[in-house]
Amino acid sequence: MSKLLPFARRAGRSAPATAEAGTSRMSTSEKFISIEGIARRYPAPGGTTTTIFENLWLPMRRGEFVCMIGHSGCGKTTVLNILAGLDTPSEGVVIVDGQAITGTSLDRAVIFQGHALLPWRSVLGNVAYAVSSRWRKAGRAEIEARARRAIATVGLAGSEHKRPSELSGGMKQRVGIARALAIEPKILLMDEPFSALDALTRGTLQDEVRRICVETGQTVFMITHDVDEAIYLADRIVLMTNGPEAKVAEIVENPLPKARDRTQLHHAPGYYALRNHLIDFLVTRSRTLRDAMPEGYDSRHPPTVRPSLSEADAAAIAAEPPAKRA
Amino acid sequence: MQRTLSLRAGILSLALLALILLGWQVAVSGSARTEVMDPEYAALMGQTATTGKSAMPGPLDVGATIWKHLKDPFYDRGPNDKGIGVQLAYSIGRVALGYGLAVLVAIPVGFLIGMSPLMSRALDPYIQILKPVSPLAWMPLALYTIKDSSLSAIFVIFICSVWPMLINTVFGVAGTRKEWLNVARTLEVSPIRRAFTVILPAAAPTILTGMRISIGIAWLVIVAAEMLVGGTGIGYFVWNEWNNLSITNVITSILVIGLVGMVLDQLLARAQRLVTFPE
Repeated sequence: MSKLLPFARRAGRSAPATAEAGTSRMSTSEKFISIEGIARRYPAPGGTTTTIFENLWLPMRRGEFVCMIGHSGCGKTTVLNILAGLDTPSEGVVIVDGQAITGTSLDRAVIFQGHALLPWRSVLGNVAYAVSSRWRKAGRAEIEARARRAIATVGLAGSEHKRPSELSGGMKQRVGIARALAIEPKILLMDEPFSALDALTRGTLQDEVRRICVETGQTVFMITHDVDEAIYLADRIVLMTNGPEAKVAEIVENPLPKARDRTQLHHAPGYYALRNHLIDFLVTRSRTLRDAMPEGYDSRHPPTVRPSLSEADAAAIAAEPPAKRA
Repeated sequence: MQRTLSLRAGILSLALLALILLGWQVAVSGSARTEVMDPEYAALMGQTATTGKSAMPGPLDVGATIWKHLKDPFYDRGPNDKGIGVQLAYSIGRVALGYGLAVLVAIPVGFLIGMSPLMSRALDPYIQILKPVSPLAWMPLALYTIKDSSLSAIFVIFICSVWPMLINTVFGVAGTRKEWLNVARTLEVSPIRRAFTVILPAAAPTILTGMRISIGIAWLVIVAAEMLVGGTGIGYFVWNEWNNLSITNVITSILVIGLVGMVLDQLLARAQRLVTFPE
């Protein structure tokens, strides 16, 4: 049985089972996105204000896939909207690529939960709209070529002239992904993109997104409710305590190798340790941690956790030839 | 199934028409009691009193009149004797002008109001008060200020068409889905381009509904307005024929007004289908 300690030091592969309190900090040069002390407050009845979250710090590396998990009301969507520039923080700044963001940008593409396709435009029209917004001076032929390429990437070639109303939910979300990818953003922001889909479609789309993001080295910030989705897709998983006044409880490093196979994922060493850790967090710790953060908690440097491997996991890794571990 | 249903509906429609025409013919052909009277007095009393013939024309009389108008709709023999086509053209022209002006005003203004919650609230009382005013109540004010009866009729058409279009444009623009606007925002689309590529298509079905309501009202109002201002137009024609006691012409006009109204409505219904998008 894996025994999980909440604050395990990021462990090297040679010593997989060591667990020690501590944090690993990202150096300034590594930070591609840096959320610095943001807060979001809303006026509440009675002249008071409700704080959804405050003093939230979160750095992200270039090419990293970060998932944020937390219960409804912890401000996940607000964080994503602030990153997108659709919402402004009450305090604090978000720095992307060395510059504080001041609004929306074509460098940060959003995949909306409800696909948000324009129903009066065809699939091609929807993607071309984004392309022509990105490259305003591009000719018609170039716009169409780029749009068709993005549509082909998500496996919708042949459906270019269909209207969104003629597509299934999964296909609509594929168009949403194609529209976001077509503008070649630096950052992809996804707000529970697959939550409205059935399990089978969700699985295929996760595969597609993972393949595309790994191939293009895309930096992704994604919100999800789905623990398995986070384990499959993310490099790091940000755990939020319950709102209001939500905090980043910890950042979990995904110990699974970058080359992942969805069908074999649950056999991967460390999978259950990670999964149990996340479920435990959602079930109990997201609540208890809100009421009392552990001593030494620094919201500026939330603890980084790498769920320690069980002895069986460690043995499995040791038995594996080193070449396969990458 | 669909085809047999429309076939059956068509047959029923024709049967009803035949029944109405037959009933009409029977109702007007019955001869009443005649009296013997002084020939000069009889001439004053008209055919009803002398021969028992009904003063209401029968369907055959009306049919003959319609045929006469159809054969020569565009003659012009002075101010009181113009073909029905000429009169219709005057009315349609006035409606087109007044309605066109209303489109040019209502849609841009509706856009501005719809995009600004402040303007929307500030202007709401004015719209709510002015909307239910009968357009004909504006007529004296229009005649006094414009001092031209024909222009006043156009103004009345304008004022009656403007409200439904304005309200529907505001409603459609304000109801544009937030997520579509967010798409435009994340794509850094300029406000003008956003208005034309996101808000306009999103609001178009609602705007067209307003335009369809407006054209219906405009066509209702033009008849009344022309009865008041006189001179030309199908409304004037109806009133003139009433003064002539030509009931056949009045009935003919009613049919023609109905037909033109239907055509106008169908044109906008077709336009509405073009801009409606399935979700």
